Amino acid sequence: MAEQAVIDANNLSKVYGDLVAVNRLNLQVQEGEIFGFLGPNGAGKTTTILMLLGLTEPTQGTAKVCGYNCSREPIKVKRLTGYLPENVGFYGELTARQNMMYTARLNGIPEKQASIKISELLGLVGLPEVANKKVAEFSRGMKQRLGIADVLVKDPKVVILDEPTLGIDPDGSARILELIMDLSRQRGITIMLSSHLLHQVQRICNRVGILVKGKMVALGTVDQLGKKLEAGKTTIEIEVAPTTPQLMDSIKKIPGVINVEKSEHLITITCEKDIRSDIVKTVAQTNSNLLQLRLQDYTLEEIYLRYFREVR
Amino acid sequence: MPGLRAVFWKELSDHMGSRRFLILFAIIGLAGLWATYVAAQSIRGELAQSPESRFVFLQVFTASSGLLPPFTSFVGFFGPLIGLALGFDAINREMAEGTMSRVLSQPLYRDSVINGKFLAGVTTIAVMLLSLILIVSGLGLQLIGVPPIQEEILRLLLFVFISVIYIAFWLGLAILFSIVFRRTATSALATIGLWVFFSFFMFMISAAIADAAIPVTEGTSPEVMLSNINLKQGIMRISPTTLYDEAVSTIVSPSVRSLGPVLRQQVQGLIPTPLPLSQSLNLVWPQLTTIIALTLVIFAIAYIRFMRQEIRA
Repeated sequence: MAEQAVIDANNLSKVYGDLVAVNRLNLQVQEGEIFGFLGPNGAGKTTTILMLLGLTEPTQGTAKVCGYNCSREPIKVKRLTGYLPENVGFYGELTARQNMMYTARLNGIPEKQASIKISELLGLVGLPEVANKKVAEFSRGMKQRLGIADVLVKDPKVVILDEPTLGIDPDGSARILELIMDLSRQRGITIMLSSHLLHQVQRICNRVGILVKGKMVALGTVDQLGKKLEAGKTTIEIEVAPTTPQLMDSIKKIPGVINVEKSEHLITITCEKDIRSDIVKTVAQTNSNLLQLRLQDYTLEEIYLRYFREVR
Repeated sequence: MPGLRAVFWKELSDHMGSRRFLILFAIIGLAGLWATYVAAQSIRGELAQSPESRFVFLQVFTASSGLLPPFTSFVGFFGPLIGLALGFDAINREMAEGTMSRVLSQPLYRDSVINGKFLAGVTTIAVMLLSLILIVSGLGLQLIGVPPIQEEILRLLLFVFISVIYIAFWLGLAILFSIVFRRTATSALATIGLWVFFSFFMFMISAAIADAAIPVTEGTSPEVMLSNINLKQGIMRISPTTLYDEAVSTIVSPSVRSLGPVLRQQVQGLIPTPLPLSQSLNLVWPQLTTIIALTLVIFAIAYIRFMRQEIRA
């Protein structure tokens, strides 16, 4: 059981008419992981999620959650999996508590137990004062937090969140991210989260996968993906004053330098390995002052755009 | 099946507390009470003249004063509206508001949702009709002072049964449209359109078709005239509204002996006594089974459509 993936998709494909929404997707998410599922709109993220929940039949391949086949035993999968859909909806004419009670009933949780659980969860997501208010009066951020509480009613092992912070103000989304991290750390819940907000994903996810046109084009930790992009090259940025043509020439002559580019303030040096010390020496020799030196690493945003453009 | 039970109770409490339900209940209740009051007045007048009349109590529901149609007609007219009001946004509203995907991601079978919704709707209809019948009976009893006999009670219960099935047909149709159309306004209009068609246009269409196929002029023989009428009636019977009207009028009026045209020689020597319940039932057996079948077929179509529907946010 130690190495069995909690979410395990094997050659998963979904075809709608001519459109291949998901194309032979392979994905394993381990227990306790926070997995970031990225991709442009219409890449097939939601379709994949729906297949994982057994809400859509895969055209080909299999998906398993906690060892249960998602299309054959959807009830067992859904008992263990909490799903927060994109634009989650609640019955506006019911209160937050009533909405959650309905979820508890659908899960067959006894009334008394559910009532205690709901109070606890509403406290967890910071909505205890509005428990008996109608959801129609809730703001988007409140609904989203209520959604997370609602997902937890059934004590899930896995939680799948589809765009949990979409359209929410920075403070609200920070609170939601905080919540998600707590779920993983304190409750050991495996989390799969799809989002467009890459810096958020980078902050909280252990591993990411980038889905473009139904194909998983990249899968791994952010560091791993960055290394792959570098392909053995290192990029160093420096800022010097004054920038003389003589300096540029001497930098170009350093062994290992492939390319030197000058923009307004910065000089970007592409080289075969980390040659920062050589660069510092060269700058000192030419009587310029080194103001700044930075080894460039890739942000998830850069990684994402690179992969996205490659496929296009 | 905890899922089905949860959906059923949720939907039922939604219906019972909804404004739509209260408004419809108020409209039909008021109309029914007024019709009963008027009917009772005329029954009292008749009773004074012929005190040996039978099935007096049933007349509370069937007698009309010319100004107001009887209670049964009100139910027949407003019934489809009840079904429509309870069902037209059953599915598409939940899809649009994003509650459907949340509910379906809970551990329940997908059909629990539509079964629960349909059953809750039918239960609401049954509760509504039974309470209306009881209210009207109470008023009728008070006004005419003649208690119902056993057969009258049976006939009234049959009337409720048929009406519930008939209104469930409209409920099923409304739910079907709420699956087919994404917008609630469209599904409501589509259902209303069909209701108007069956209630008003069917009559004109059947007359037009029958007259075109078998023209009737002054000199036509009775046989031709009869086949014209039969054709007209046959076309009318495509409409569940006609089937319901025929079934109900036979069940609540024991004096109805035939639903089609009657020749004079057939009535010759006939003693105009009311039919026993079994014979009334015999007369409308085809209508009854057809209404039940139509309701089941409509629900089955809605069920299949719902099970095959893609759940997308």
